[in-house]
Amino acid sequence: MTMHDVSLDQPLFRVEGLTKRYGKRIGCADVSFDLWPGEVLGIVGESGSGKSTLLGCLAGHMQADEGKILYRGRNTLTMPEPERRVLSRTEWAFVHQNPRDGLRMGVSAGGNVGERLMAIGARNYGDIRETAADWLGRVEIAGERIDDRPRQFSGGMQQRLQIARNLVTSPRLVFMDEPTGGLDVSVQARLLDLLRGLVRDMGLSVIIVTHDLAVARLLADRLMVMKDGHVIEHGLTDQVLDDPQAAYTQLLVSSVLQV
Amino acid sequence: MTDQAYNFAYLDEATKRMIRRALLKGLAIPGYQVPFASREMPMPYGWGTGGVQVTAACLTPEDTLKVIDQGADDTTNAVSIRKFFERTAQVQTSETTAEATVIQTRHRIPEVALTEGQILVYQVPIPEPLRFLEPRESETRRMHALEEYGLMHVKLYEDIARHGAIATSYAYPVKVEGRYVMDPSPIPKFDNPKLGGNAAIQLFGAGREQRIYALPPYTDVVSLDFEDHPFDPSKADHACDLCGSEVSYLDEVITDDKGSRIFVCSDTSYCTTRQDEGHTGRLSPEGEAA
Repeated sequence: MTMHDVSLDQPLFRVEGLTKRYGKRIGCADVSFDLWPGEVLGIVGESGSGKSTLLGCLAGHMQADEGKILYRGRNTLTMPEPERRVLSRTEWAFVHQNPRDGLRMGVSAGGNVGERLMAIGARNYGDIRETAADWLGRVEIAGERIDDRPRQFSGGMQQRLQIARNLVTSPRLVFMDEPTGGLDVSVQARLLDLLRGLVRDMGLSVIIVTHDLAVARLLADRLMVMKDGHVIEHGLTDQVLDDPQAAYTQLLVSSVLQV
Repeated sequence: MTDQAYNFAYLDEATKRMIRRALLKGLAIPGYQVPFASREMPMPYGWGTGGVQVTAACLTPEDTLKVIDQGADDTTNAVSIRKFFERTAQVQTSETTAEATVIQTRHRIPEVALTEGQILVYQVPIPEPLRFLEPRESETRRMHALEEYGLMHVKLYEDIARHGAIATSYAYPVKVEGRYVMDPSPIPKFDNPKLGGNAAIQLFGAGREQRIYALPPYTDVVSLDFEDHPFDPSKADHACDLCGSEVSYLDEVITDDKGSRIFVCSDTSYCTTRQDEGHTGRLSPEGEAA
């Protein structure tokens, strides 16, 4: 797949001292971490803790104030915009919490999946359609719905369609913002299952923001816990969840209702 | 009758100068939409205010003006714009394509090949080809700047998925000199091949949207398509019923309420010239009766 030219002895993505301020308020402050090829990093924390700000800065949707973001050795903060946009439609992908933000609601499912292909120069209708149909199958959407608009899809299907649309160009790095938010638990479970399979099969590196510890436990290899814009704890997922050190993490873990 | 209160060609010289600057910039960057300070004209938006301003900025007293509306010289829009310039600029007018030095057109390119030295001015309602795909102007400008044109093909993809073929039949998007994607104004896609490599200067004016863009002579213009669904400049599969031409773009005219119809050239000047030369069609008096 896409792993062949990714060096395994240097991080895919390195963040150093990233800070984003909203005026006098802190969005996120002094965040540093490495992400290795094939690794899934979870960012957890309560609402307003800076998770989404951090993700937005990492993905280039927002301009960070300080720090460095190195993707395969290249600083994406100082990179010219055309180059960054090429990156974000080829090697990167972004899955929004609300599928309406990530999909074109007026365009058919096939067109949604095909857009990234056409953006990087695919000009053969038959090939585009075939790839789109293949991807719909991989995210468990029936092939006969290829010409339906996302409006006619359920919430779970819309989210799966958004994932197909993002993964069709075989990205290396996927940003996810609460991908299971707003879905009921059984649909969530299937979506997580699907995501886990895709991450493993495609060797994706993922940065996933969530407030749902169960999602973090299932998907993430490592966890970063954020509070008030700062990273307060960082470690292997099981370690952080089973033996939380910071007071806030202990509170977070103990707030989860055990069924 | 002359209206001495007006400057030559209605607009004041400063305004014409401003428009000429925009035109020059447009010619220097083929297909790029240049913003300009569009003026109120004594006609409603949608009647060709952009084209009229461009024409006014181009006209000299020696020019011969032709005005086309959907191919015809004798419909409301064409007649009123022609009269407007007869009154305000006292220029000569003509209905013959070859005689005109400036041609303002709405929705057609003349059938007769244009020559060097001629200027073709288009009236454009919506200059932004990406408008119905991406409503934000800030975003479409960025897409043009960064050459992000994948979305344009998404539209063509949707056409094929829904209709089995690219159903866009007018205002068919083109790529200019391998760089800018441009809306050729609502000309039928039949006319698209005439945009590229044309000897005349082609100027596009959108009054309400305040944009001017241009194609210098002999510019490379390619209609967008897919490898397996190539661009097809189609027309009605008939010959003109008046002049017998099989190569011109045809209007379908319903003649009664029983479904009878005739096909006639949309370019009236072309059709009349051919009839004068003795060409006949199905409905010509001495032609074989239908």
